[in-house]
Amino acid sequence: MANNSTASDISTHRLEQHEYENNFSDIHPLLDGYQASVEASRCYFCHDAPCVVACPTSIDIPLFIRQIASTNNTGAAKTIFQQNIMGGMCARVCPTETLCEEVCVRNEAGGKPVKIGFLQRFATDGYMETGDHPFQRASSTGKKVAVVGAGPAGMACAHRLSALGHDITIFEGRAKSGGLNEYGIASYKAVDDFAQKEIDFILSIGGIELKTGSYLGQGLDLDTLRSDYDAVFLGLGQGGSNNLRLDGEDTDGVINAIDYIAQLRQADDLSQLSVGRRIIVIGGGMTAIDVAVQTKLLGAEEVTIVYRRGISQMGASKYEQDLAQTNGVNIVYWAMPVELVEQDGRIGVVRFERTSLDNDGKLNSTGDGFDLASDMVFKAIGQVFLSDVFAKNQAPELTRGRIRVDDNRQTSLGDVWAGGDCIDGGDDLTVAAVEDGKVAAMAIDKFLTSGEV
Amino acid sequence: MADLRNDFLGIKSPNPFWLASAPPTDRETNVVRAYKAGWGGVVWKTLGEEPHVVNVNGPRYGAIHSNDRQLIGFNNIELISDRPLEVNLREIKKVKREWPDRALVVSLMVPVTEESWKTIVPLVEETGADGIELNFGCPHGMSERGMGSSIGQDPEYIENIARWCKQSTSMPVIVKLTPNITDIRQPALAALKGGADGVALINTINSIIGIDLDTMSPNPNIDGQGSHGGYCGPAVKPIALNMVAEIARNADTAALPISGIGGVSTWRDAVEFMTLGAGNVQVCTAAMTYGFKIVEELIDGMSDWMDDKGYTTTDDFMGAAVKNVVDWKYLNMNYVVKAVIDQDKCIKCGRCHIVCEDTSHQAITLERNGERYFEVKDDECVGCNLCASVCPVEGCIDMVQLTGGIDPRTNQPVSTEYANWTTHSNNPNAV
Repeated sequence: MANNSTASDISTHRLEQHEYENNFSDIHPLLDGYQASVEASRCYFCHDAPCVVACPTSIDIPLFIRQIASTNNTGAAKTIFQQNIMGGMCARVCPTETLCEEVCVRNEAGGKPVKIGFLQRFATDGYMETGDHPFQRASSTGKKVAVVGAGPAGMACAHRLSALGHDITIFEGRAKSGGLNEYGIASYKAVDDFAQKEIDFILSIGGIELKTGSYLGQGLDLDTLRSDYDAVFLGLGQGGSNNLRLDGEDTDGVINAIDYIAQLRQADDLSQLSVGRRIIVIGGGMTAIDVAVQTKLLGAEEVTIVYRRGISQMGASKYEQDLAQTNGVNIVYWAMPVELVEQDGRIGVVRFERTSLDNDGKLNSTGDGFDLASDMVFKAIGQVFLSDVFAKNQAPELTRGRIRVDDNRQTSLGDVWAGGDCIDGGDDLTVAAVEDGKVAAMAIDKFLTSGEV
Repeated sequence: MADLRNDFLGIKSPNPFWLASAPPTDRETNVVRAYKAGWGGVVWKTLGEEPHVVNVNGPRYGAIHSNDRQLIGFNNIELISDRPLEVNLREIKKVKREWPDRALVVSLMVPVTEESWKTIVPLVEETGADGIELNFGCPHGMSERGMGSSIGQDPEYIENIARWCKQSTSMPVIVKLTPNITDIRQPALAALKGGADGVALINTINSIIGIDLDTMSPNPNIDGQGSHGGYCGPAVKPIALNMVAEIARNADTAALPISGIGGVSTWRDAVEFMTLGAGNVQVCTAAMTYGFKIVEELIDGMSDWMDDKGYTTTDDFMGAAVKNVVDWKYLNMNYVVKAVIDQDKCIKCGRCHIVCEDTSHQAITLERNGERYFEVKDDECVGCNLCASVCPVEGCIDMVQLTGGIDPRTNQPVSTEYANWTTHSNNPNAV
């Protein structure tokens, strides 16, 4: 029976068990060998291929696809891992429609790009299933590097440095490593505990010690790391969430999307996870899409994303917007929240005003508005780097609130490098974080072996 | 509506599409199915002497596929009919009686003795079949026993057997040639000398289709071993076209009617064979890949194309391309072309650039103003057609003739006169 439309409705067990399993199954199942062969044969093996240029980690895409086409799957996987040790996760979470696949020449010839992401997953999953590791460590250099944060940037950096013969210690605050791969991305993009499998795969190179439960700023400080290790890499991510700057943000039912997604990712039984009947998501990025789609899949009846700008300004790609709408999520553009209205001690209604851009490109309220009733309001308006993890006088220089680095990802401190979401200019993508970690590792290696920076 | 009726050596069929002597024509059931599907004729699977042969009980066929499992090339190690001669003859007689409007030719292969041939030919004549085709082609199995291609490789045998057959029957005699030979004109000429009414070509090409890299066995794998077999299918068509053309444009053999065989899969393939002088075509692999229904596409396609071109009968285009097949030395050296890339169609894959850069004449740009831009440098382009051949987009790269002015590569004026190698100044034997 439908609930009274004004009363708050938060509940577990909205669906049958099999519906949870179906809803949170793999969004893009693995290609089989024949599908991969057919898809691989669509690649033109372009010269100086645009897809390689578009890949933040510069994977030699035409080469690995040709290796798949010739049934050399091991070679294909090695081509990928050489440039991107998290090629498996990137195959799942990269917005390929705005990276490699966007520039595929097949968009012009036949209208559809080669499914590069699917092929990459075919190669990397096939290889990882063997239990082998594609690289051997170089002989030991005797140098020690501390890596803070076991997200994509930290893991990629640690792996490359270990391969180059250095001994690595990773300090991770949370109970599990993987960063947003483990706690952040939508569940249906990385099923079967893939994030942890990938961590195990990376660590299997050896030479990397992982210390979980070690937060920077909580018994661990940068100066100590700098004195105990020959170099330090910071892959700290962004620990804080942006606020709406409205009264009542601490009202029950107003939730940081990123926290809820983490809860969802760690849930053993999704039917035990409470979800509202009417959901509002505020924001326009991938996190907004991820929380909106997943609450819908948990059984929420009405899920509405409200974004203050238009389709083309939305951080989430067209593909992601389509995914949300296909799953029954309503997206309202050009509106911003102006009031959180509490009812019976919980969020009840969000009051919105419509927006438009003036001639100077500034966003203004039109004065016109509407109310949306809601059981849960998710804030997905971005994350923020928490610089208070650094003890006094120990912080590297920041720009726009994040760590400033040069092209080699070196900070203002000569023996400290950084990458991923914590750096200024960070791209908010797993693949970009992996590249940061890799680039920093190469620079650190040079610093450790030749003293050059 | 074009008239596709065919007359080959006096053997009439409603269309020029025959099934070649092969597994599809092994027995009454299959042949009747083929006629019902619309095939104009069949060449019955090769008959031999008793005791009839036996086939291996392991696999007989092997294939080469594209990545999407399209069959590109096919080979077989099947022998001639492994059914009793008497059964075949009885079925042939029945089928011919029930399908009088369709062509029914019988393929034969017996040892190289006059008696053998003169014994079997009258048995076939008695069935009412329209003609016989002498199988001098199979490169596997039977060739080890002195038959098949081992006859087709010896013009003297060909001539003698053709003569014995002609002496034994009033039916038209077709000699089926093996391509496993250096100069196809020699066996064709031998057939003509022996009195054969026509030739059919090509039979299969000797081949090993591939090796299983786990067992180190050739495919098809018979208990860890393999044997060479006959290669056919779409991949062999260019070889067959050339051999047909060699016979058609050689003065000594030009009068010999040809039944064209080798990779015919579509109406277009069939038309190509016929423009090179074939009077009809025979099909096997395409039927073995898709079933008999493909004949509908062959008939429709040829008919529509003829209507488009204004041809009313197949005679209107038969042999039309023969005169244009010439020796290299007669090609016009003053015909100068340059590749031209249609920038609106270019998808910027860069394949033309890299193949020209790596393997040809460094005649295609990579970029302009910092952007990918592929354009032909006329002062380097020799007009080789490699770029157009590898371009994924049909019609994107054209070879355009220079009809005057200076060729920027050679700095020589472009002549409109025809001039060939026989008179070229670099030719030591120039006349």
